Amino acid sequence: MDDPRLTSHWLIPLREAHCESTARIGGKGLALARLMAYGIPVPEGFCITTEAFSTFVDSGGLRERILLELHRKPFEAMRWEEIWDVALRIRHLFLTTPMPAGMERAIRDLLSTPACAGPFVVRSSSPDEDASGSSFAGLHESFVNLRDSDSVLRGVRLVWASLFSDRALLYRKEIGLEFERSAMGVVVQELITGERSGIVFTRNPNDVGTSVTEAVYGLNQGLVDGDVEPDRWSIDRANGRVTEHHPAARERCMQPDTEGGVLRELPESLKAVPPLSRDELMQVHGTALRLEELFEGPQDVEWTFRNGELFILQSRPITTLPGGGENDQRKWYLSLHRSFENLKTLRQRIEGQLIPAMVEEARRMASEDLSRFSDRALWEAFRDRQAIEKKWTEVYWEEFIPFAHGMRLFGQVYNDVMRPADPFEFVSLLGTGFMESLERNRRLEVMASMVRADERLKERLRLGEHTSLGAAFERELQGFISAFGDLSCPITGIVQCTQGPEGLIRLVLEMADHPPNVPQQQAHDQTGLKNRFLERFQGNERVRAEELLNLARASYRLRDDDNIHLGRIEAQKFAAALEAQRRYGIRGRLDVDESARDELLRTFPEAGFNPKTPADRGASPQAEIRARQLIGQPAGPGIASGPTRVILSLEDLRDFRRGEVLVCDAVEPNMTFVAPLAAAVIERRGGMLIHGAIIAREYGLPCVTGVPDVTQRLRTGDNVTVDGYLGIITVKTAEL
Amino acid sequence: MPLIQNDQTVVSDVEVLLTQQSLAVLSTHHEGQPYASLVAFAVSDDLRVMLFATSRSTRKYANLAGDSRVAMLVDSRSHRAEDIHEAMAVTAVGVAQEAVEAELFSWRSIYLERHPHLESFVSAPSCALVKVLVHRYLLVRRFQEVSEWTIRA
Repeated sequence: MDDPRLTSHWLIPLREAHCESTARIGGKGLALARLMAYGIPVPEGFCITTEAFSTFVDSGGLRERILLELHRKPFEAMRWEEIWDVALRIRHLFLTTPMPAGMERAIRDLLSTPACAGPFVVRSSSPDEDASGSSFAGLHESFVNLRDSDSVLRGVRLVWASLFSDRALLYRKEIGLEFERSAMGVVVQELITGERSGIVFTRNPNDVGTSVTEAVYGLNQGLVDGDVEPDRWSIDRANGRVTEHHPAARERCMQPDTEGGVLRELPESLKAVPPLSRDELMQVHGTALRLEELFEGPQDVEWTFRNGELFILQSRPITTLPGGGENDQRKWYLSLHRSFENLKTLRQRIEGQLIPAMVEEARRMASEDLSRFSDRALWEAFRDRQAIEKKWTEVYWEEFIPFAHGMRLFGQVYNDVMRPADPFEFVSLLGTGFMESLERNRRLEVMASMVRADERLKERLRLGEHTSLGAAFERELQGFISAFGDLSCPITGIVQCTQGPEGLIRLVLEMADHPPNVPQQQAHDQTGLKNRFLERFQGNERVRAEELLNLARASYRLRDDDNIHLGRIEAQKFAAALEAQRRYGIRGRLDVDESARDELLRTFPEAGFNPKTPADRGASPQAEIRARQLIGQPAGPGIASGPTRVILSLEDLRDFRRGEVLVCDAVEPNMTFVAPLAAAVIERRGGMLIHGAIIAREYGLPCVTGVPDVTQRLRTGDNVTVDGYLGIITVKTAEL
Repeated sequence: MPLIQNDQTVVSDVEVLLTQQSLAVLSTHHEGQPYASLVAFAVSDDLRVMLFATSRSTRKYANLAGDSRVAMLVDSRSHRAEDIHEAMAVTAVGVAQEAVEAELFSWRSIYLERHPHLESFVSAPSCALVKVLVHRYLLVRRFQEVSEWTIRA
């Protein structure tokens, strides 16, 4: 160990830490040290001070790199996906920045002393939590069952990084996170492998006269992650009487694995028995009330029993995450963080039930011949389809979007073991499978190649002839239309939205005028990368790593496909409105009541891609102010130049030409057919793993996402260079 | 037509920089050889003219006689690590002209209001007060976001 005076600034044993400040060791560390001093059994361990954190971030130039990431774009303008991306980049900086040699050695030395027996738990201990009277569970990271000093050191880095976790960034105001000044303490403790564990809320937030105790078999992690259902007791605080007991289904428990925890089937003998006896329940409840007295306020206590001895794992003031009214989506966002187990169950449901049901529902609607419906029946079909669309949109938000977290979970594991230079390298492992929009584009290319090879066919199509095109081409055309629709709305624009193949043919002709642009073949590289990733794991862990990759690929695929499926449902609603509008155009009336008629006639302008407001068109900034260089997120590597095509409405897609740069609010599923023509993609909506970025990456197109107001700051025809490595768009001008 | 958020702040950020800072880097050239000098500047209320003073014996003055096109850089660096994301810089591109007798009084009073301690310098017979007619401003924020504000065609 280097200078002992120096290391004592960084490391303080829990037994000596009870007189420290929260500013130095954080709220959780101080609470544990005080419990220990109070004679309550607490696992042995030590605190890593906030000074160690500050030394780490200052010594490697890390602080400034973090600040650059955090100031890339105003936080208020970021979507949750962008916040996650920022958090991942920062997490990666913490993983890859070298630790000062003296600090690393000091931690290793302490871990190798006989008093420090592993395995270990590494917990966050934020100084801001207690200072602001707010301790929000789950905003920062903790890791259990770390077997050696390498794992502990990685855990420490990740706990530090979690000061800037996506969750912490969302609640930055409430937790008093100040980017320039905040710091993070860490507690490293011996892991107590309890046979039974749980939590106590000394005051039930919904009934202040009672406490709530929850208990599971095995480690507490199963309960905290929501993977193991707990038995729950309510106890009257005044007289200690149990007022309620909700037994759990008791099927599984969390056990320590080689590293971390693993869910195992509970032995039959335990399934019928609550994890706590009455005496043990009273012991837990009584101890929690003592802690409430000690810390002068209601407590949220984690505990475990090992060999009959009760250990307190942590105690913190009860707080709940504040809500910000109906529009506060942050709680929903927090619900996106799912465990591996949870995501596996979700995948089965999505792939086994939801997607097939969605496809079937769209097929059923498409098979209805609306032209034979009476006006009244058409109106009813429209209403039904509206309700069906609403139902699936809800499913989309509640089930499909959370499943997207599978990619993120994999990304973290990948970065932890591979430490790549690019924190988004993992994305290249995800896109192998079949994607609906790629299939649609592949079939467009089949038609384009037929046209390329047949001058006569090309000429007939150019002249607007739709008959005698040759059996093979007609078969392809009809096959495409029955699988994907004729794309007439997205191509010809809402004004001329008549169902027919004209728009589709125009697109095929444009494609045929240029060499084919097919998705990049990444398979070869991918195999090598996948093998290098899996080689980092042994035995059972390798099986789990492969499962996780598989899950992430499903998650990636679905992120694209779900939009297509939803688009098909939506198209059926519009089909009903279109039919009504067609009749009205011919007859000048509809045999339904006035309000129904108005709704039917009003509906179509919302069809397909819907720009925010029609007034956006041409709403350029004051003529004398122009963007010269714009920044966003580098979401697809590569660099390309070309004239822009700003998509403000579907009509703009009609004019899309090969070599143009697609500029849009968000790449909608029905727009991806222009990807083979585009030179690059620029999107207002931000994120590395969003639809447009995924498609751009498949075609090897440079892509920049999250550029504020980009559809207003650029104009169609601007010559731009898109740097997809750095996330920069440069607008070329003749003058300086 | 309302300005979008980002553009609304371009004008105000340029104004803040030009009124809060007092030094600018002036770029001139001699037969293609670039040359940079630090000058004390002032700006007109409408932000259309930037002013600086120089002795007629200086290299920058000689350079301007050869080519009146100039660029001036004004920034908010504070020489701390935070500069890289916090600092803003504006480059003014335009044409330099020496203020002539008839307009000298009014330009000089604008300049001296900003730099009163330079009164004797500006009053010296060898000193030229140079006005830069700004054609456009290029504002750099957030490390590399660049906006252009055209003042004169």
